[in-house]
Amino acid sequence: MNRGMMIEFTLDTRTGVPPYLQLVQQVRRALRLDLLSEGDQLPTVKEVVARIAINPNTVLKAYRELEHDGLVAARPGVGTFVVKTLSDSTIAAHGPLRHELVRWLAKARRAGLDDESIEALFRDSFRASSAEGIA
Amino acid sequence: MTAVVATSGLGKRYGRNWALSDCTLEIPQGHVVGLVGPNGAGKSTLLNLAVGLLSPSAGEIEVLGGRPASDPQQLGRVGFVAQDTPTFAGLSVGDHLRLGAHLNPGWDAELAEGRIAQLGLALDHRAGKLSGGQRAQLVLTLAVAKRPELLILDEPVASLDPLARREFLQILMETVAEHGVSVVLSSHLVADIERVCDYLVVLVASRVQVAGTIDDLLSSHVRLIGARHDMGSMPSNQEVIEESHTDRQSTILIRTDGPILDPRWTVEQVSLEDVVLAYMGQQSGERSSRRQRLAIRR
Amino acid sequence: MIWLAWRQFRVQASIMLGLLVAVAIVAALTGPHLSQVHNAFLIACKQAHDCDSTTDPVSSTYHGLAVALQTMMLLLPLLLGLFWGAPLIAREFETGTYRLAWSQSVSRRRWVMVKIGLVVLSAMLAAGALSLIVTWWSSASDAAQQDRFGVATFGLRGVVPIAYAAFACAFGVAAGALLRKVVPAMATTLVAYVVARVAVALWVRPHFMSPVLSSVSLLSPNSGGTGFSINAGSNAVTVTAGPPIIPNAWVVSSKIVDGAGQSPTQQVLQKVCPNLPGIASGPASAVGQSGGVHAVPTGGQGAFPQCITKLAVHYHELAAYQPASRYWAFQGLETGVFLVLAVALAALTLWWVRHRVA
Repeated sequence: MNRGMMIEFTLDTRTGVPPYLQLVQQVRRALRLDLLSEGDQLPTVKEVVARIAINPNTVLKAYRELEHDGLVAARPGVGTFVVKTLSDSTIAAHGPLRHELVRWLAKARRAGLDDESIEALFRDSFRASSAEGIA
Repeated sequence: MTAVVATSGLGKRYGRNWALSDCTLEIPQGHVVGLVGPNGAGKSTLLNLAVGLLSPSAGEIEVLGGRPASDPQQLGRVGFVAQDTPTFAGLSVGDHLRLGAHLNPGWDAELAEGRIAQLGLALDHRAGKLSGGQRAQLVLTLAVAKRPELLILDEPVASLDPLARREFLQILMETVAEHGVSVVLSSHLVADIERVCDYLVVLVASRVQVAGTIDDLLSSHVRLIGARHDMGSMPSNQEVIEESHTDRQSTILIRTDGPILDPRWTVEQVSLEDVVLAYMGQQSGERSSRRQRLAIRR
Repeated sequence: MIWLAWRQFRVQASIMLGLLVAVAIVAALTGPHLSQVHNAFLIACKQAHDCDSTTDPVSSTYHGLAVALQTMMLLLPLLLGLFWGAPLIAREFETGTYRLAWSQSVSRRRWVMVKIGLVVLSAMLAAGALSLIVTWWSSASDAAQQDRFGVATFGLRGVVPIAYAAFACAFGVAAGALLRKVVPAMATTLVAYVVARVAVALWVRPHFMSPVLSSVSLLSPNSGGTGFSINAGSNAVTVTAGPPIIPNAWVVSSKIVDGAGQSPTQQVLQKVCPNLPGIASGPASAVGQSGGVHAVPTGGQGAFPQCITKLAVHYHELAAYQPASRYWAFQGLETGVFLVLAVALAALTLWWVRHRVA
């Protein structure tokens, strides 16, 4: 069933990430955060390019990759629909975790860290913990 | 797949000055093609040749399999948005639509009127009183509503403010998505090209430097950084496009068809802008002498 | 294409239409009065038997308006060439709108032909309408002057203005197509039109048909008068003959010759008028002093009539003229000349735009 809220894509040309990949990542992120669920329709190619002025082939490429990953399916003449979400049982834990993150961020700011330092600190810790195999 | 634009040794001369020389291209259909290059490189000349507003001084050009502007039918298959988007200042928006309807058998009145309504243009507004962005949209509507197979646009957004530019490109992309027209558009703004194009032609000093899909270009060009290097000893499948040296380090941008096996180099991805600038930055003379140098070493 | 050509031409056509209507109204209001004046004069002079010696007041009735109308008729073809012809294609090049027009599904050929066709035909219509009005309005004074074949009036009546307008417009369009800028096109059209009109009137028109020759006695009232003049430097004397009075004919030339066709020599003239230098230096004479030649009308008092009477014994005035009956033939021929030029210019424009514009 259509929840009536469609994902809105944005494009950041300054990052080195290819446009089609940015679209894929945005869809995956939405799926993870339960903003998109099964049966939701992705915007048509026409709607996407009318909004963010990119080549239609880029959108097609992104949708094809998502289809290849088994996340969406194209229904000819109708549109492209989500068939599988990436959110799982962990979605229940999202709420409290998000809450803790917000508190941590507030602490970091109070300690005087700027955006760049916060991001650097996070990435570094993330990498280190991944390397140690602690998920 | 047929080419939308096929040229062979195409050249155009004004007096003794060649605005375009030795241009050989085969642009496939189904793409949004960006034509980039510095001002005066010959972009306008090439596009005007493609729509039959100019005739060649040398070589040949074929558009959609026919000679440009050879007859009304051929004219109906190609939509053109000229530089500075000229309109008849004394005629109203509605008059321009009527113009399109009278002069084009393939005219889609519903599409045209829908577009105009979507843009919020009043039909009785004089074209001379429209803003630059509105004029560009009007001319684009005229070009699109005759349902062409190919749209050619000569720097359509060069003189528009960023908002008008974005709106123009949005409408253009929507047209491509909806009707599947091929597009050839020239610009000297690489950022715009990156967004909307998937095929690129780089024109510098009246010559084609490189042409291909953007994906191919990005995968075939890399930046190599390493110790100070003698350019003469580069492998033959690597063509140096741009080079810069300090006394200890060389940074070169190359075009290659194979992987980089030499461990002395650090390989970096390049952006489209890097590629275009590299081709635009070089003098054509320098390149050919470098090629000669490579050849002698073999 | 016809729609577009008309839409672009709409305003100019309306202005011209308004102008013509205004002129027509003024002419309609004043024209009948002219006929009345003329007819009244004819009746009166016939009764008084002095038609030859009195002037018809119609020539000075509504004088200002007459001058205005003649001027309008003189200038209209040129103005049409300047304002309708010159900008037709040049303006599209200047503003770049040709790039919009030529990317529609219409061939250059059709574009040029319809544009030229519309403007030239409209110009011909406008000139024809004005000529109709002016010819009708001037009919009474033309009848009084009896000089419609003369160089001054020939081009302002009948059908020739139609051809002048066609030529001026066609030239303007061609100049605009070749020069690509409106103002230079207008300038060249102005020069070309004046040159063409003058050249045809002076050097082509006289040769349409061989003129008829006629001999008139120097003493006849129909002769145009004999004039003596003296070159101050060499004291050489020349006689000139004014054009004889042949109603509604066009006198191309007139000279004084004897039976064998010889002009009078210096000796003959000295013999006939021995005191001429003396007479000439007298205070009351108007004979040319400083090298200029001008005619002195006879019929005055003094020594001149005697000279002329003596001269008339052996010499007569020989005039070459085109008789009044040839008026419409000449109108037709001159119309033909300018129409042929117009067509040639249109063809040139078409060829140029199709093959030479980039």
